[in-house]
Amino acid sequence: MPVKVSDSHRDSEPPYLHPAYRASVRRAPGRELVRLPPEWFHALPGPVFGRVPVRPGDADLTLQHEGRPLGERIIVSGRVTDSDGHPVRHTLVEVWQANAAGRYVDPMDDHPAPLDPNFTGAGRCLTDGEGRYRFVTVKPGAYPWRNHENAWRPAHIHFSLFGPSLESRLVTQMYFPGDPLMPFDPILQSIPDQRGRDLLVAALDLELTEPEWALGYRWDITLRGRNATPREA
Amino acid sequence: MGKHPVPTPSQTVGPFFGYALPFEDGHDAASDQEALRIEGQLLDGVGEPVPDGLVELSGGQQFARCRTDTEGAFHFDVVKPAAGSEAPHLDVTIFARGLLRHLATRIYFPDEETANASDRVLNLVDPARRDTLIAHPEGQVLRFDIRLQGESETVFFAL
Repeated sequence: MPVKVSDSHRDSEPPYLHPAYRASVRRAPGRELVRLPPEWFHALPGPVFGRVPVRPGDADLTLQHEGRPLGERIIVSGRVTDSDGHPVRHTLVEVWQANAAGRYVDPMDDHPAPLDPNFTGAGRCLTDGEGRYRFVTVKPGAYPWRNHENAWRPAHIHFSLFGPSLESRLVTQMYFPGDPLMPFDPILQSIPDQRGRDLLVAALDLELTEPEWALGYRWDITLRGRNATPREA
Repeated sequence: MGKHPVPTPSQTVGPFFGYALPFEDGHDAASDQEALRIEGQLLDGVGEPVPDGLVELSGGQQFARCRTDTEGAFHFDVVKPAAGSEAPHLDVTIFARGLLRHLATRIYFPDEETANASDRVLNLVDPARRDTLIAHPEGQVLRFDIRLQGESETVFFAL
């Protein structure tokens, strides 16, 4: 059984070992992580993600098939900033999610909820010159998992971002406001403080909402680290 | 709280990313250059393969991404980076179901004994564990297994 890895200066990050999330028990590292002097780490440029294909239209998950997917159409948009609050421009944002019935296209998902022939549930885009991203999709459904008796994941969208440096890489999940499953979810609750958990919950935003078309949810993302070489003085 | 915003916390990549994150020839960072093949296995604390993991590798202008298979195996085609202020190495990032945050490690090269011996990062690591950061020749390939936990746990770096 591994010991908890202490990580005092990142108090809103989940620990690696969170026994209530069963899969962490055999996969969390047991040894203290080796800490490099920050100036060594900050000097490391992030991965050159340009090989990952981003096609026009990849940001609209409702237009990837002949028909339109079932479910509640939504817009998810926000701003990506660094630890100084500066926009992270032209960085890759990848999303993936279950369909409105709570089923992933992934063949590993055996939840007996229907697949939607008009929904894959994967998208990509680059942030714009002000660090903004925007996806059109459908609201994902909750789904059961086998972590414990009667375990259900709250509705969520997975996000993956690169940012400017090695330390800014982030994979996380966005949740929906008011979801009654959130207090029971060991994955969200692995984050030790309410402030941290709140950072993963989007806000309904009527400014983003398109009348007669789709509700808008706003979710801003702060990446660790800062732009080493700002593009503009 | 300081004036800097709190970074958005991490969450696990989960088990169902396989249709979304991999991309065509994602394992091949070498494009048309003469490549080294790196092969490895991602293993949990009891030595079981991790079949729902994602390994990313970067170094210089190279970036590659490989999902683990049912045996926890991954592979990359890379070009060995040039030596800089540190010995030649590749940065590796590991995601998996069960990992609430990703892990970071490095691949060093076995034929760089002199550079490795004076590398500032390797020298910060307990000598008894340094070996977990150095790939091993195995036939025509370099072998680099990643052990998330246990006796011969791979060295991971704090992010």
